[in-house]
Amino acid sequence: MSQNRRDFLKTFAAIGTTAATLTAVSPKVAKASSRGELSVDRNGVLVDTTTCIGCGKCEWACKTAHHIEPGNIEDYSTKLTDGSQRRPSEDALTVVNQIDKSVMNSDKVKLQCMHCDHPACVSACIVGAIKKQENGAVTWDTDVCIGCRYCMIACPFQIPAFEYHKALDPKIAKCDFCYDRTQEGKLPACAEICPVGALTYGTREELVIEAKRRIEKNPEKYHDHVFGEHEVGGTSWLYLAENSLVETVFPKLGTNPAPGVSESIQHGLFAYFVPPVALYALLGGVMWLSKTKENEGGH
Amino acid sequence: MEHAFKPEQITKKYFTPWVIVLAAIAINGLVFLAMRFFFGIGSVTNLNNQFPWGIWIAIDVGAGVALAAGGFTTAALGHIMHRDKYEAIIRPALLTAMLGYTFVAMGVFVDLGRWYYIWHPLVMWNGNSALFEVGICVMIYVSVLYIEFLPIVTERFIGRVNLPGLFKRFNLLVDGLLRKLERGLDKTMFIFIIAGVVLSCLHQSSLGTLMVIAGPKIHPLWQTPVLPLLFLLSAISVGFPMVIMESITASKSFGLKPETDVLSSLSKFVAPLLGIYLAAKIGDMFIRETFVYLYEFNTTTVLFAIELVVGVIIPLRMFLSEAVRNSVTGLYVASMLVIFGVVMNRFNNFITAYNPPYATEAYFPSIGEISVTIGFVALEILIYRLFVKIFPIISLPIRNFGTKAKYAIRGGLK
Repeated sequence: MSQNRRDFLKTFAAIGTTAATLTAVSPKVAKASSRGELSVDRNGVLVDTTTCIGCGKCEWACKTAHHIEPGNIEDYSTKLTDGSQRRPSEDALTVVNQIDKSVMNSDKVKLQCMHCDHPACVSACIVGAIKKQENGAVTWDTDVCIGCRYCMIACPFQIPAFEYHKALDPKIAKCDFCYDRTQEGKLPACAEICPVGALTYGTREELVIEAKRRIEKNPEKYHDHVFGEHEVGGTSWLYLAENSLVETVFPKLGTNPAPGVSESIQHGLFAYFVPPVALYALLGGVMWLSKTKENEGGH
Repeated sequence: MEHAFKPEQITKKYFTPWVIVLAAIAINGLVFLAMRFFFGIGSVTNLNNQFPWGIWIAIDVGAGVALAAGGFTTAALGHIMHRDKYEAIIRPALLTAMLGYTFVAMGVFVDLGRWYYIWHPLVMWNGNSALFEVGICVMIYVSVLYIEFLPIVTERFIGRVNLPGLFKRFNLLVDGLLRKLERGLDKTMFIFIIAGVVLSCLHQSSLGTLMVIAGPKIHPLWQTPVLPLLFLLSAISVGFPMVIMESITASKSFGLKPETDVLSSLSKFVAPLLGIYLAAKIGDMFIRETFVYLYEFNTTTVLFAIELVVGVIIPLRMFLSEAVRNSVTGLYVASMLVIFGVVMNRFNNFITAYNPPYATEAYFPSIGEISVTIGFVALEILIYRLFVKIFPIISLPIRNFGTKAKYAIRGGLK
């Protein structure tokens, strides 16, 4: 390279200006945080596993609402008796399992996306296709998603599924809290059809109070813990059960938001573009100095 | 400044039995790849809802990015620190980085469920996502690498533009444009060189941040908040071994004398760099007290031990020995071990360590996945071989007047 020192400085100044501009722009980007403002009125569902009879009607209603071939509603109750532990998938956004498959007719638990208050999937999504809506729902946008499946890596509950066998427009499939229905003022399909009232839909704040009221009223019936109140920073779906659901139904998770330290690391590395720009300046300095030395060396 | 070496086009014939073998491997991979586009990712891979990422991400992307680190490490050494001695290895390293990153992009492309939306991150941003950072940085860095390669293209064609048939009349015009481009690049190249190093440091580390968000799904032997640092340090320490390995391989393949002199002095940097990486890794283990997991004996801990002992400690010891550094075989074996160690580390980070809470089976790559991965490697080598024949990449000793005369004419036209 044969540029002289003045050129070098000139271009360097130009880079500085660009960097400054970038810095001015960056706070706008940083605002799209998964730890953004949460609406106080956001909704949730309280699942009372002691009430659930395992009829599977919620599975049927969910499929119907999401245009998945549901089959015969009468067939669902038998799915539970074989003791298999099913997972939500692209063919069933929610499933009901027996909690303890070794005990015939043990309590049942409905599984679906937990709609975390600080979702790891929202934080992870490379293009922001997954959003935490004001009403609490975590929704996925088919027009934005690129199918990288990083949300599946991130989710602590192992919920998002992917249509691996579709060559075109494979979807990330997960419960969307019936976002379209709730926007129209309807209940989520599962909560609407539940014949025994095992699913209570309401604001999350009220549901936490209700859950604690039930525990207080019936301390011998319930394990003294509302699963989802604090797990991974809180989830919209809350669970009551006779025994602890941790490690039988749900993995052992802390109370820190699911994105964990990843956002802090990411923002630390890019704090207002200072570290990259500083590194650039440092390297530029080294380059200039070593060049000067070389010139003085008589080359 | 007159060097005893000058980058020249390689004149050896392209096809050899090994080239045919590589071509067969590449074609096999491309056939499986075609299936993926017609029948979906699930038809070729063993990926499922439990294991969303396989070797296309772990090896093609994770290890691919690390192994292309020869580009920015040699650029830092040769261009930024102005160690002219290493000029001869910069071009081959640049070519490998350029091809390496192109294939990283291809790896991402084929792994994306909706590959036709690969441009989305350019306009749809999520600043919280480590993957977004990796994606954007890699895209910019690939462009920077192509720009860094342009001077080699202008050097190849200035004074030698020879368009076929009717286009002959544009020869002078194209030549003039190339000269303009060369002058412009010459003045601004330092911007791109520094940018290349900065971008590399950024995305090499962000690649480590990727699995941090998976939290408890990642085995504690690998899950640590300093993953970005470990990824960066290991990438820096594998840069020179990659260059050494390639240089020796290319020399053997083209029947040239290995540049033992340059490679030996380059290899002096490897042990300290590996040492820093090892210290960070072991230090982190002791701070988080994860060594307790090593009392267990299972596939995970065995793979961890292999990664650390065979991939870091043994080559570190080898690179400390002067006898090894001065022997071509020693350099080759030690470099291969470092490369193996980093590939192993990326594989472990993305696959071995990944334990979803409801896993019912283990992930093992399918024939299709393996075919595509090694097919890409074969294709990359084939393109490398083609490029060193077309462009002056590999430095040859200046022997005869013919070579000198060509450059004299070129200078005269200026």
